[in-house]
Amino acid sequence: MLREDGTLAPEYDPQLSTDEVLRIYRQMVQTRIIDERLVTLQRQGRIGFHIGSLGEEAAIIGSAYAMREEDWLFPCYREFGAALLRGLPLQRYIDNMFGNANDPVKGRQMPDHYTCREAHWGSVSSPIGTQMTQAVGFAWAAKIEKKQLATLVYFGDGSTSSNEFHNAMNFAGVFRTPCVFFCRNNGWAISVPVERQTASQTFAEKGIAYGVPGVRVDGNDLFAVVGVTRRAAERCLAGEGPTLIEALTYRMGGHSTSDDPNRYRAADEVKPWVERDPIERVRRYLELAGAWDGDREEALREAVDQEFREAVKLAESTPAPELSTLFDDVYRDLPWHLAEQRQELLAGPRAPKAH
Amino acid sequence: MSQMNMVQAINDALRLEMQRDPRVVILGEDVGKVGGVFRVTAGLFDEFGDDRVIDTPLSEGGIIGAAVGMALYGMVPVPEIQFSDFIFPAYDQIVSELAKYRYRSGGEYPCNMVIRTPVGGGIRGGHYHSQHPESLFIHVAGLKVVCPSNPYDAKGLLLASIRDPDPVLFFEPKRIYRAAKGDVPEGDYTVPLSQAAISREGSDVTVLTYGAMLYECLDAAERVAEQGVQAEVIDLRTLWPVDIDTIVASVKKTGRLVVVHEAPKTGGFAGELISLVCEKAFYHLQAAPVRVTGFDTPFPYTLEMEYLPLSHRIVPALLGVMKG
Repeated sequence: MLREDGTLAPEYDPQLSTDEVLRIYRQMVQTRIIDERLVTLQRQGRIGFHIGSLGEEAAIIGSAYAMREEDWLFPCYREFGAALLRGLPLQRYIDNMFGNANDPVKGRQMPDHYTCREAHWGSVSSPIGTQMTQAVGFAWAAKIEKKQLATLVYFGDGSTSSNEFHNAMNFAGVFRTPCVFFCRNNGWAISVPVERQTASQTFAEKGIAYGVPGVRVDGNDLFAVVGVTRRAAERCLAGEGPTLIEALTYRMGGHSTSDDPNRYRAADEVKPWVERDPIERVRRYLELAGAWDGDREEALREAVDQEFREAVKLAESTPAPELSTLFDDVYRDLPWHLAEQRQELLAGPRAPKAH
Repeated sequence: MSQMNMVQAINDALRLEMQRDPRVVILGEDVGKVGGVFRVTAGLFDEFGDDRVIDTPLSEGGIIGAAVGMALYGMVPVPEIQFSDFIFPAYDQIVSELAKYRYRSGGEYPCNMVIRTPVGGGIRGGHYHSQHPESLFIHVAGLKVVCPSNPYDAKGLLLASIRDPDPVLFFEPKRIYRAAKGDVPEGDYTVPLSQAAISREGSDVTVLTYGAMLYECLDAAERVAEQGVQAEVIDLRTLWPVDIDTIVASVKKTGRLVVVHEAPKTGGFAGELISLVCEKAFYHLQAAPVRVTGFDTPFPYTLEMEYLPLSHRIVPALLGVMKG
């Protein structure tokens, strides 16, 4: 749809206005910059971990953009750019990266494992694929209550090997739940390539066995991602049931800051994907449309940097959560055994390492 | 009041709560038209329809994962796992998701949901229709675990569990599904969670148990009474968070403790209960506490009555602890 030279193949154009493209583009650039800065913070030992989306920005942000405000998104763990687009405040995200007292989940989860109900955003967990059946159940509940909403669930190519993928696709197919399955096929599950996940030619074709239509899309083409995801969401709202989307993209970085991709893939494998960089493609489009130039690019980058620096400054100077918060929210009310253990912690010695 | 067995009482609770709260939905294998393999959901499909009493594909992981999604939406799912032996494909959803959602979301996503599942042996079911896996769930922060022993409690505890804001594993002792009968009020009432019941008062030894083994303990208590030993039998009803005050008060009175459960001994709930008593009432103990439990083997078929901690094994434990 969006050719590599920045022009559109007109027959598939999703009719995004220039303002819409600008909004998405800004989110893509912000996501890319934050990714880079967070890796630096991790290397400096200031945060413990980051799991980035380098190269997957069009797939992640374009799909989130295609869903309506009243829809719900269920994240895997690599989609913070989509969460920011949906309204996750940057400060809240950065507070999570530091696990500080302002983090609404009180530092209980590792970085990039955040929650944001007001953005209609689920809660990130690490076990693979668990969010998929939940997205189906959520959509199913909405369907039972005759509410017009759809869910979109993110997962990677590796997740398609999990029992959850099978359960979710099967339940969604049988009950025709309004659910968009968005598979980010980025080529790698940590060090394991897609050939070790499946003998199928594509991930999209896995939908056939479940009675769920499958679509394969160029995940580095923002316009194609928006168009295909919108169509899938429309099918949901029209009562036509779920769609499986395979967005073909590439994980240009490591799995996370804990991973070194040089151990399992050659550097020149990444090269062709640099040429297909989803952000560059949109920038060329905007430049051709006369809506973007070097000055605006520089101003955007500066603004993103500034906002990020301020968020980090505040997050880093915010203390760790109060000790007693360790025991909150296990249950709604504190049972006797947790009250006893909280007392034991508060009255006992502190751990030797600073928080 | 009317006479009901456990199956009827649980069915009555489900019907009442579905009439009262439109958010309550049932889903599971064979729970719809046929009314469940034990008929616990009989008649509910006809009354509430396919949207609220849902026959699902044969996948426990799918049932619980989807139910978690429904709970996140704001429904109150009451999924059934046909036998607790089949709950393990859903263990990841229960342990990693259901139990942790409130905590990991800072309270943004509580999961109000009750997983009902038959437990226990004595029905000639072999390995895979007989286990009692409660300790695997008691160990998981964020879950509540309930196991009723009679129709009155089954109805009242289930209504309390469905209205409880936290996820509850509701274990139904299938050996006494029909054998345990009693008067059950027709209308709405609850039996509060985390409150044990003293089923038989006694002054010499405290017996902690739950589910189908309650009746074995009561039988053993009558038998040792003939020899002058008065056992106090406590039906825990809610296993976690357990009613520690009732337990400790009883042990302080009797000075002796026997714990009886069907599940295997090692890592079983009895070990935890004895530890709690030692922490809170050690100097009141006049004898070493004793466990009478299933053995650390897979659950057997032909020899299941030898495996279960029935009255004939509880009696010598009670007499033994009196000598200690």
